[in-house]
Amino acid sequence: MHRFSKQLCVVFASAICASLLVSLADAAPPAASRAKAFSTGSFDPFVDYINGQIRQGWEDNEVEPSPIATDAEWLRRVHLDLIGQIPSTEEVEQFVKDRDTAKRSKIIDKLLDDPAYVQNFTNVWTNLLIGRRTPRRVSRNGMQKFLREVFAKNRPWNEVVQDLVSAEGHFEENGAVNYLLAQMQNNDEAVQVTAATTRLFLGIQVQCTQCHNHPFNDWKQNQFWEYNSFFRQMRRINHRKTDPKTGRQVDDYSEVVATGFNGPVYYEKRSGLMQVAYPIFENVKVDPEAGVERRKEFSKLIVQGEKPLIASAIVNRMWGYFIGYGFTRPVDDMGPHNPASHPELLTKMSEELVKKKYDLKQLARWICNSEAYNLTSQFGRKNDIDSPERGETPLFSHMYVKNMTAEQLYDSLIVATGAHKSGQSNWERAEAQRRRWMGQFMVAFDSDSGDDSTTFNGTIPQALMMMNGDLTKNAISADKGSYLNQLLLEKGNDQVKIRKMFMSTLSRYPDRRETTSAQRLIGSSKDKLTAYQDLYWALLNSNEFVFNH
Amino acid sequence: MTILNPYGMTRRHFLNHVAGAATAIPTMHFLSHLEANASQVKKQQKACILIWMAGGPPTIDIWDLKPGSKNGGEFKPISTQGDMQISEHMPQTAKVMGDLSLIRSMSTREADHARGTYYMHSAYVPNPTVVHPTFGSVVSYELGSRRKELDIPSFISIGGSRGSAGFLGMANSPFVVSSDGSIQNAEINMTEQQRLGQRLDMLQVLESGFIKSKRGESANSHKDIYKKAVNLMTSKQMEAFKVDQEPEALKEAYGTGNFGKGLLLARRLVEVGVPFIEVSASVGSWDLHQGVFDTLKNQNLPQLDKGISALVTDLKQRAMLDDVTIVCMGEFGRTPRINQNVGRDHWAASWTAMVGGGGLKNGQAVGKTDSNGIGIEGKSYLPGDLWATVSHSLGIPLDIVHTSKRGRPMKLANGGTPIKELIG
Repeated sequence: MHRFSKQLCVVFASAICASLLVSLADAAPPAASRAKAFSTGSFDPFVDYINGQIRQGWEDNEVEPSPIATDAEWLRRVHLDLIGQIPSTEEVEQFVKDRDTAKRSKIIDKLLDDPAYVQNFTNVWTNLLIGRRTPRRVSRNGMQKFLREVFAKNRPWNEVVQDLVSAEGHFEENGAVNYLLAQMQNNDEAVQVTAATTRLFLGIQVQCTQCHNHPFNDWKQNQFWEYNSFFRQMRRINHRKTDPKTGRQVDDYSEVVATGFNGPVYYEKRSGLMQVAYPIFENVKVDPEAGVERRKEFSKLIVQGEKPLIASAIVNRMWGYFIGYGFTRPVDDMGPHNPASHPELLTKMSEELVKKKYDLKQLARWICNSEAYNLTSQFGRKNDIDSPERGETPLFSHMYVKNMTAEQLYDSLIVATGAHKSGQSNWERAEAQRRRWMGQFMVAFDSDSGDDSTTFNGTIPQALMMMNGDLTKNAISADKGSYLNQLLLEKGNDQVKIRKMFMSTLSRYPDRRETTSAQRLIGSSKDKLTAYQDLYWALLNSNEFVFNH
Repeated sequence: MTILNPYGMTRRHFLNHVAGAATAIPTMHFLSHLEANASQVKKQQKACILIWMAGGPPTIDIWDLKPGSKNGGEFKPISTQGDMQISEHMPQTAKVMGDLSLIRSMSTREADHARGTYYMHSAYVPNPTVVHPTFGSVVSYELGSRRKELDIPSFISIGGSRGSAGFLGMANSPFVVSSDGSIQNAEINMTEQQRLGQRLDMLQVLESGFIKSKRGESANSHKDIYKKAVNLMTSKQMEAFKVDQEPEALKEAYGTGNFGKGLLLARRLVEVGVPFIEVSASVGSWDLHQGVFDTLKNQNLPQLDKGISALVTDLKQRAMLDDVTIVCMGEFGRTPRINQNVGRDHWAASWTAMVGGGGLKNGQAVGKTDSNGIGIEGKSYLPGDLWATVSHSLGIPLDIVHTSKRGRPMKLANGGTPIKELIG
């Protein structure tokens, strides 16, 4: 069933032996569990470096890593993480059968070249840059067009950030401006732009120093306003037009334009004293006079040095994206008050990323080929202290279970019901449908803080949607041509069909207990179709389906 | 059929299934039991309704006017209970101020929307190392979990949720409904209802397998959430959400906008035993950096006035007011100084929160600001003091300490002290 390649089998077996020995001897060195080093088949020495650093953490904390994930478990994970959807039945079966010892490394490369990779990361970054709910007078299409090009061409991340922070122009002609427009909802002297830019791209949270010195570190209030002064030379223009049908004025387009702002910015201390701040980034002062384009200067300053903040910020974010927890928690608060769990590794990865010219696919490749990413999410007695969900520092000795995002869930439901094969490949139309579906989870916020919470993850509304929503109704539809209708017509007995249903949803076959229960369900139902519907309903609603594990 | 599966397919499921099979007796029995309970609920069960004014209301123009000061603005004060005066644009509320009180010396230091919202909801300032539960989650955890007859979530947020349950877990997180009480995907037809039992039995097999495979807490929480969702779908208490069933005159009294409907819905939820309801005071933006007086006078205050006065009157008529604590506030107040756009900016140093009902000693203003509304004269209060006061009237012991998942002890309401004048 879950067939290992020969090499993995050996690795797995020796892991068990070693852990047995440890438990018997009780004094054996911990984390010496896998006699032979794990490899996905990648030959990148930097992956070995990552593995060594993570192993060191296991040894220092006396934990033993979980075994390597089965091929099926791992394939589902890597599909969700790289292309945002579960693998199809055929893909799982083919991968499990494949005897190539480098198959994991090869599938990573293949998925990185899949068009769905572009879509997945476009979704991820659209949500980060402008939120799930598109603010007024921001073009989601413009933002996505920009990001699609970024990920399709694998543009260097430093250039992407530079484009975003220094963007100007029409919100559909230069989609990058939508990031700024989304942060310019209030006439707030670029306070929100400052907070978002430092948090998203530099991985530091200076927003509390807007009003006072940082409570947990040495950052002073002037630092916020120094960053802020880089963003004061711009404003938004919202163009309006007359709607020919109603004769009313409606939104046309928005743009970001430069203003002639110069000199320092002023802010108020809590004592009421007014202070000035000049554009300064890490002790480099930019000429505050007119004619100097401060955002351009800012975009040059943030890429200087061997490991600029933008490098460590993206490394930490991507590690967190793939493994469930970053080296700091949250991933975008890397200030001196919040030390990283693996500082040396974080530094080295950041330096290496700079050397590789901020190649995001290379970064994804390092992480996905690492041992930590290839472990099962099951943990045991020897590493149950590695539990960041209970507040412990992550040791990455097993994979952490992640919630699927709403986008991943939607796309996975499409895969599970085979709808992706029936010509639904028009990107624009598929995207419009997805957005309509997502709309139901967005709660309208009255607050002006740009809060991006949704009612989605792990909540009753999500459960109700999965139980009774249209998408599930379609997925278990008995209509002609539907997945279940076709399954019913196919050859094979119930057991064969039960296995197919498990594979297309959970990417694995059922165990004996599950098969028995499913057969009992079929036996007690009035007809087969009803039983299949109820079984499929249960599979789609299960924890195993909605988690990326 | 399994009668007791982990998704709460208990009485109601039994009811739904057997009702179809014409076994009327247990059904009747169950219903009469429920109705007997309902009247008890009305009498005994304590609750808090938080009216949340997102954006930060200019309390200097509503609750603590400064006539004669250059900061005073356009509005005139009118008299209420005793010597307590409020804005002329709150005439109906002025008549019920005997059942409400003002805390005029809130001093809360967080003047950023997100931070202020977090602080006022949890009594803790944001801290990167832990997520503090919003107070509705605390009440849900303390009171909701003991109300076994409550099938619907014990913390309901009408019109938007602010804050999370933090370390108290998803089960106590705010359940968001729109002000007309509609819950998406909660209604299922008869056929689906009949098949639900079978589906849930199969689901149970799958879920327990994944939980046993040891992958962490989230697998378990998933099951708990499903249990709640099933309860919700099948409970008689779902009737409480049907706010349209109220008499027209009463709906009119509360106001027919989202805010009025939300408050009326809140009252219905209190009646079935929900201990904490947050209602968004969505009568227009409160973040009034410009045009503060026009907006308040023409838009925000008429609706706020109507809603609050109708709620107090309605609760009083139903003899519920002593058990229902009302809190009305936003994340901060607004600057006494009027800016060049005839607006007021963020101001956390001295502002007013309104509280009432809940058996408190009402009809008074506690705390005092100076004649310009800038400084506080005498004692000032923190959100912890406010929530400690609410805890007192809800009967939640103040010495409770919750423990975060890291083992850090967290005092109830951040160790705040109930406001002496209010608790008597």
